[in-house]
Amino acid sequence: MNSQNKTIVITAVVTAVLILVGIFVLMPILGPRFMHPMMMERMHGGGSGTSANDLNTETTRMTNNGAFIVSFKSELDPITIGSMHSWILHVETADGQPVEGATILVDGGMPDHGHGLPTSPQVTQDMGGGDYLVEGLRFQMGGWWEVKFNISADGVEDNVTFNIILGG
Amino acid sequence: MLKKRLLLAGIVFTLSAGILLGCSNQASPWSEAEVELMRTLWIESLPALPPDPSNQYADDPRAVALGAKLFSDVRFSSNGEVSCATCHIASKDFQDGLPLAQGVGTTDRRTMPIAGTAYSPWFFWDGRKDSQWAQALGPLENPVEHGGTRTFYVKLIQAHYKTEYEALFGTLPDFSDESRFPVPAAPIDDEVAAANWASMSEADREAVTLVYVNMGKAIAAFERTIMPRTSRFDFYVEAVLANDISAARDIFTADEEAGLKLFLNEANCTRCHNGPLLTDNDFHNTGVPAVADLPEDIGRARGAQQVLADEFNCLSKYSDAAPEDCKELRFMLAEGEELERAFKTPSLRDVANRAPFMHAGQFASIEEVLRHYKNAPDAPKGHSELEVLHLSEAQLQKIVAFLKTLTAMDR
Ligand SMILES: [Cu+2]
Repeated sequence: MNSQNKTIVITAVVTAVLILVGIFVLMPILGPRFMHPMMMERMHGGGSGTSANDLNTETTRMTNNGAFIVSFKSELDPITIGSMHSWILHVETADGQPVEGATILVDGGMPDHGHGLPTSPQVTQDMGGGDYLVEGLRFQMGGWWEVKFNISADGVEDNVTFNIILGG
Repeated sequence: MLKKRLLLAGIVFTLSAGILLGCSNQASPWSEAEVELMRTLWIESLPALPPDPSNQYADDPRAVALGAKLFSDVRFSSNGEVSCATCHIASKDFQDGLPLAQGVGTTDRRTMPIAGTAYSPWFFWDGRKDSQWAQALGPLENPVEHGGTRTFYVKLIQAHYKTEYEALFGTLPDFSDESRFPVPAAPIDDEVAAANWASMSEADREAVTLVYVNMGKAIAAFERTIMPRTSRFDFYVEAVLANDISAARDIFTADEEAGLKLFLNEANCTRCHNGPLLTDNDFHNTGVPAVADLPEDIGRARGAQQVLADEFNCLSKYSDAAPEDCKELRFMLAEGEELERAFKTPSLRDVANRAPFMHAGQFASIEEVLRHYKNAPDAPKGHSELEVLHLSEAQLQKIVAFLKTLTAMDR
């Protein structure tokens, strides 16, 4: 092989490498349009049109009518699929006073799948200082879960919904 | 000359690009989320066997040994021919391959496998028992399974297992007085057995039941040792987690890999078949057809009420558990339309060796099961959780290929 041919071979190899490396490097900029549709679906939080990205997944939320500010702390952090566990729910008035002696009911489910919670979680203890022990929570599959609390205290009733996204 | 050079450049470019693309084909076909999902299904993700607080003998090797003997002892049946091992055949993944279990008669349901059930909070297709030992006692007094009653069984313990029993549980009462301990006698539907049971003193009934419960606890100690085994799928996951795709592809064919991809994504399988045992241990109505000749079966809707009322449940005096250890029962979902014709999700480990499928053996092959899931017909009662799957027959076949990789390697 003469030197001219050698140059051509090297140039061709380098060009091929550069083009392909370029495609890989530019992938994030080119965006997901070259990805497999399945990968895109996963990136957007699951198949059935869930707008999981838009959900408010904060663990402190105001109740629907603004009566209480409610936060939860899970015994399991992060929450894993299939494990029975408890939460501590903290309830305050809108101006930050802890609410004691409230009656709290628990409900929830997976809106996308049309089913409720697999267990019947209950508030089993008023721990004082606005803290309540919620026992018996379990999420048996990945996806978008809602956990709803109906809170009644001093003649005021209000509701709050927490959104939880579990992988898997 | 120029043409030649251009040709040379073209060939070299194509070759280089080809080699590079070839290499990039060995890049992982799995997204990060898929890899994490696979890790949760991996057998190595199975935690250590949790304790069974309801059975203080659960991890006693003497209980395991006694339980293993009781498990296979055909004397513990009304016709002297049926033991636990009759339906739970060790060489068949502890099931029998029949649509309906055959004890001294024929039951209304399919025999369930045993491996890994120590991880489950619920037993039977409807979860009407909440411990392995309470489960083991069910078939013994079922008229079409072992067909005996507890006075009959405790007398057999006295005759054949007195030494082993006493070494473990303490003094065995003397059950030889036929008038105090008539056979048959048990708190069951059978008229004679129920009348005899009612005729016994409270103390005698209590003595009999305690020994009967201990039998169940010994059998459970044995059943706890029956664990799922490593499958080809687990080796595939191990290779994927090590990011060694070429090793992974030595383990799986292209079809098996494609089947796994569908399993994790479009086919929605991991909604229910999740975790290292590939079951959520929960109950679902998947629209499985009713069997014409069998009585109506409402599944969990009945099982939930039965376990609440069960004389051997976690909160009963025969359980060794404290109430705080009975969270599954205390926070159980007891009512609701979702329980109607909901049946327990079985593990998919070894599934290829477990035809026929579903709670009454309704489907003869995995293919039939997958076609049912694809078509998602309405439930005969209650509401099916299934959604129609837009999968081709070829895709279903790939899922079948994948499911076969869940068979234990030593089979
Ligand atoms: Cu769901």
